[in-house]
Amino acid sequence: MSGRSEKVVPLAVKIVVSGGLGVGKTTFIGAISEIEPLDTEAAITQVSVGVDSLVGVESKTTTTVALDFGRITLDPSIALYLFGTPGQDRFSFLWDDLVEGALGTVVLADTRRIEDCFPAVDYFESHGAPFALAVNRFDGAERFELEEVREALGLGAEVPVLECDARDRGSVRDVLGALMDRVIGQRVGPAKRRVAVVSR
Amino acid sequence: MSAQEPRDPGEDMSEDMSEDTSFVRPFIITGGRAEPLQTDLRLETLVMAVGAPDESLAFERRHIVTVCAQPTTVAEVAHRVGVPLGVARVLISDLVVAGQLACRQPAELPLQLLERIRDHVRAL
Repeated sequence: MSGRSEKVVPLAVKIVVSGGLGVGKTTFIGAISEIEPLDTEAAITQVSVGVDSLVGVESKTTTTVALDFGRITLDPSIALYLFGTPGQDRFSFLWDDLVEGALGTVVLADTRRIEDCFPAVDYFESHGAPFALAVNRFDGAERFELEEVREALGLGAEVPVLECDARDRGSVRDVLGALMDRVIGQRVGPAKRRVAVVSR
Repeated sequence: MSAQEPRDPGEDMSEDMSEDTSFVRPFIITGGRAEPLQTDLRLETLVMAVGAPDESLAFERRHIVTVCAQPTTVAEVAHRVGVPLGVARVLISDLVVAGQLACRQPAELPLQLLERIRDHVRAL
């Protein structure tokens, strides 16, 4: 690529935040982004009632119909971008674009509608892309043991499964940290990865 | 990828553009094209102006070069210029080919950089 030598340009890296509709992706990004998540949020219109199932997430009044993303300046030379995948299945064709070049993905899950994260889990598994599963805590949602969630989703031992509160910056940070461990583990290689997982 | 193409125009585009006073269909802006000349532009690819906007540039293209006075990601360009991502990609790739913009996209990151990113994230 040209331009490398012309100016000192920070490195831009990205992490994708995925999961079903209304699971808290925009909240998750907003909790840690230094900018208001830039997005195209629009109130769900009459058109999408019945198209976008909101059973179990009735209090959600807006949904992301296009791109939304946040930015974190890690140091003067590295900017981390968080991109949310559109929640609706009908926008899944955008995923290839979002995922290309990503460090890894956080798949958010809601235990009231655990099946909503199946498409995301399938997608990232089939692409061999590193991901971490974060179970977002919703008030009134039944709590499950994380190992139950892992089992229900058929996730291997190498996939980090954590509980999180998408509203809480520290919680989001911990999820991203776990994901980075997984990204590095996958890079280092299968043999060393097993050791790394066991030692954690 | 023509990311914006399969959208239902009646629904989403009108929402995207609802704050604009003058509504211009995206395919007008790109001259009817949906595929960028340069296909490796990612959402987070940083683009920057090589110099001041060329006098021959108009409308969105000029706006993009102005926005890119500072290195800016493709996604941010789309947001700030107020065009759908697919449109921004076509315009940016045109401008890169025309020598108005330069872009930088890292190859695979070295392990030590990944570790640095992780350490920074943990320290947030």
